[in-house]
Amino acid sequence: MSVKVHELAHARAGDKGNTSNVSVVAYSDEAWTLLREQLTVERVMDAYAHVAKGPVTRYELPTLKALNFVIENALGGGVTISLAQDAHGKSLSFLMLDIGLPGR
Amino acid sequence: MKKTSIRVGCGAGFSDDRIDPAQEMAEKGRIDYLAFECLAERTIARENLARLKDPDKGYTPYLAERFQAVLPACVRQGVRIVTNMGAANPMAAARAVRREAQALGLGDLPVAVVLGDDVSEQIRANPQLPLLESGEPVESILPRMAAANAYLGADIVRAGLDTGAPVVMTGRVSDPSLFLACMMHGLDWSYDDYPRLAVGTIAGHMMECAAQLTGGCFADPGKKDVPDMARIGFPFADVTVDGRLVLGKVEGSGGRLDVMTCKEQVLYEMHDPSSYITPDCVLDITDVSFEQVGKDAVQVNGAKARARTPTYKVVVGYHDGWIGEGEVGYAGPNALARARLAEQIVRERLKMRGFTYPEMRVDYIGMSSLHGMGSGRSEPYEVRLRIAARSPDRKTAQAVGFEVRTLHVNGPAGGGGGTNALREVLGVKSVLLPRNLVKPQVVVEGAR
Repeated sequence: MSVKVHELAHARAGDKGNTSNVSVVAYSDEAWTLLREQLTVERVMDAYAHVAKGPVTRYELPTLKALNFVIENALGGGVTISLAQDAHGKSLSFLMLDIGLPGR
Repeated sequence: MKKTSIRVGCGAGFSDDRIDPAQEMAEKGRIDYLAFECLAERTIARENLARLKDPDKGYTPYLAERFQAVLPACVRQGVRIVTNMGAANPMAAARAVRREAQALGLGDLPVAVVLGDDVSEQIRANPQLPLLESGEPVESILPRMAAANAYLGADIVRAGLDTGAPVVMTGRVSDPSLFLACMMHGLDWSYDDYPRLAVGTIAGHMMECAAQLTGGCFADPGKKDVPDMARIGFPFADVTVDGRLVLGKVEGSGGRLDVMTCKEQVLYEMHDPSSYITPDCVLDITDVSFEQVGKDAVQVNGAKARARTPTYKVVVGYHDGWIGEGEVGYAGPNALARARLAEQIVRERLKMRGFTYPEMRVDYIGMSSLHGMGSGRSEPYEVRLRIAARSPDRKTAQAVGFEVRTLHVNGPAGGGGGTNALREVLGVKSVLLPRNLVKPQVVVEGAR
């Protein structure tokens, strides 16, 4: 049954220059297993395709049951020069939470 | 006699942060140190522009209000204040703090000023240094350079505290270093004691955005609720001399501090979790864990650190032309079609007048301004057209907002609430500068 990341995890977006990082923190052990398996770099690249050029790197933090996605070329050239309204990309965490996964 | 445990409070998480939580922290937090972080990548660019226009400006805009709120309680209780509110002009900021102290009847208050982060001369002398973003030599932006500032470390901020001055004012200092310096000073930690530097750095990293640790940027109604968000309390850290770290917030304040808020904030602005580079150390949070040890109290375990790198990171601010923009809103039947027609008209007008732009962005606010135009978006009842473009030339950039504004009487039906704006742009890029080329120093303003 398909499931949105929003059901499995919470998230926060941060900025450094033209790079956005979005953390994904699982609510439960079960959610962590599913996220680790199904929230792949490919799925994230696909979801962010119309806002970021990439590349995307995924880091795993098993102790925290969290993933950290580093999404490059995501902030319109960087906070100070971006033409975007959300120059910091603060809203990009909810683009992550909107991703649908195949589920179990 | 040094203490065996200290409390370091956070007074601000960005230049435009709320004022009253810092006052609450100073008056009720039972803190030993109060650190304010007010200097984002973007902020120093803004203050550089202010200093270029007026040599007495260039520090954070709410400096007077922040110090008025906390100075009486801090002076009365001997709480030391550390802040990067000096931005592009720490000397002028120190003089402003001294004026506020006089006005509050607190007398001649010495302020230790950390200098040496301005490395524009060193950057000019080393045009071959590669930009981290592109690998091109920094020479490519030197003709347009407005300022260059190195992220200084906790060592020089601690030296400021060692002068005994009640306030330490800095320009560009790495955010976690402001907090680490308080711990090094209060607990007499050595700058080569990496297990302790790891503790102070993770504490600073987690506190430097203030309310983001205590329930700010967290609420998702029905999913993750946060109590009393109008009164969110800022965080503090209780640290022992042997490196036990417990994060907390002022009793009775709003917000929440728990394992969930800690997990979000520890990964904030983090790239590789095994290598978070500061001027003081390379922090590794791979094995970090959080333990709830009381209401709004979380113990942080497992932070590690490796030796600091041989360079300072430098942010180079450079003039990057102008951004012009305009907005107008449409609602009801056919709103999106009218917004699209308005966009076409503006594009044609700008072309007719001979203007071209290296980059233009069109947003349909309500549909695509934050997450782009993904597929399958339903059409909103209201849509606000926003057009923004960049140009090296002021007039060319200004024309964008002008042509949106003229839609008021020349555009599609029912266009309302037109606005336009023009702003000067300072871009930022980074280089690494060898440590031996940077000369941090402390001077004390005022008698002692």
